[in-house]
Amino acid sequence: MADDVDLKTLPLDALHRRLGARMVGFAGYAMPIQFDGIIAEHLWTREHAGLFDVSHMGQLLVEGEGAAEWLESLAPGDFKALQPHRVRYSLLLADNGGILDDLMVTSTGRNFYLVVNGATKYGDIAHMAARLPAGITLHHMEDHALLALQGPQAVTVMSRFDLTPESADQPAFADLKFMAGARWLWNGIKLGITRSGYTGEDGYEISVLSEHAEALAEALLAHEEVKPIGLGARDSLRLEAGLPLYGHDLDPETTPVEADLSFAISKRRKTEGGFPGAERVLDQLFNGAARKRVGLAVEGRMPAREGATVWVSDEQVGVLTSGGFAPSLNVPIAMAYVTTEHSADGTALEIEVRGKRIAATVVPMPFKQKNYVREGDKK
Amino acid sequence: MSRLYTQDHEWIDVAGGEATVGITDYAQGQLGDVVFVDLPDAGRAVTKGGEAAVVESVKAASDVYAPVSGTVTESNPALADDPSLVNSAPEAEGWFFKLTLSDASELDGLMDKAAYDAFVASL
Repeated sequence: MADDVDLKTLPLDALHRRLGARMVGFAGYAMPIQFDGIIAEHLWTREHAGLFDVSHMGQLLVEGEGAAEWLESLAPGDFKALQPHRVRYSLLLADNGGILDDLMVTSTGRNFYLVVNGATKYGDIAHMAARLPAGITLHHMEDHALLALQGPQAVTVMSRFDLTPESADQPAFADLKFMAGARWLWNGIKLGITRSGYTGEDGYEISVLSEHAEALAEALLAHEEVKPIGLGARDSLRLEAGLPLYGHDLDPETTPVEADLSFAISKRRKTEGGFPGAERVLDQLFNGAARKRVGLAVEGRMPAREGATVWVSDEQVGVLTSGGFAPSLNVPIAMAYVTTEHSADGTALEIEVRGKRIAATVVPMPFKQKNYVREGDKK
Repeated sequence: MSRLYTQDHEWIDVAGGEATVGITDYAQGQLGDVVFVDLPDAGRAVTKGGEAAVVESVKAASDVYAPVSGTVTESNPALADDPSLVNSAPEAEGWFFKLTLSDASELDGLMDKAAYDAFVASL
């Protein structure tokens, strides 16, 4: 199609097409929206293991004396206390406290490895480069692909791989817990692996040089537990897990408190501040914000989509930022920003869809219980 | 009875002044898993090319247009219980609605199966 002309291709493009993917444009790249069908892929990931190509995301390395302090000038995490091989979810904030991006930050002990969103990566890099002090380097790992293996059988599949630790001080692969990561060698190929993801399932994200991405993907797909999964199921999985999607549920007009992501403001930073927009964000944290991101259970069968308005009788009290059908729950669900007075769990609201009002109730997220294997959990 | 097709991938079976409307197999394949169909009530007047129904897949809502003008007499009650009929039997049990035609000459611009198949092949 004509609108595909300007799309860039990712390292696994040929593999996706060989596997019968329907390709669409996303974040400037041709990417697989689905293989077997979104519901089948969604349910497969919840029961087995799904392989996602997330190579459109930006992989960055921040290195140098004072890198942790510098990251703390950009985001509200406690990076000085982030232990080697630990991963944290964080938020890149504008000077007014608005969210420029959400990201994962891994401490390697020597540097920080960041994964940012595909659609925002060049903006993030420009933002960071403009604030880069002498002595700190920012490297965009454009020569790397990123694969995500997600689902309860991901650990079983990865345990069959012969992985040699790259350094003696890192955890053994079998001991890697959720939100931890390190580097391993597989057949002489370097893999940066974090036990993390964005589906609400246990699993891994694996960074690999692009030239080895197809060999790794083929090796993963060779296991009967693994099927390729497209962006469509990635979106329905993250929505069920209550995870916000940047550009939809998060944007520069929204603060971490409004987004109900206050957990990403580390305890020390809540006391000390010193991150962009700290005055506004901490005021909201302690005194409340005018609106809040909530989950909505939608009555009936008709999905309500992003942009639909939320009402209490004649008063508009919010707007949907994500909405769709939840394949694991077999009902429509949504995320919305609503005024704080209507944000309590159990609040009855109405959503307007094509001129009709449908009933909805504020519910806690995740909609679907997460299946993470945390530090301290039994193996 | 003859089946005709639109460039928007609806089909219409016409028998006398009555017609049945649905979406084509190509259309359901493009939409993916259908989870809900918002159908018109009996008595609603629809105009050729105007919105008549909305089909919701997991990822998006898509309009379905009336192939001809007329008045809706019935919508498919089976789709309320099992919207996936649109995927499994789009050109049979997964029909959307029936209508009485207000202007049979509007059928003249529609494609027959051979023309529609050639149209899909050109996409």
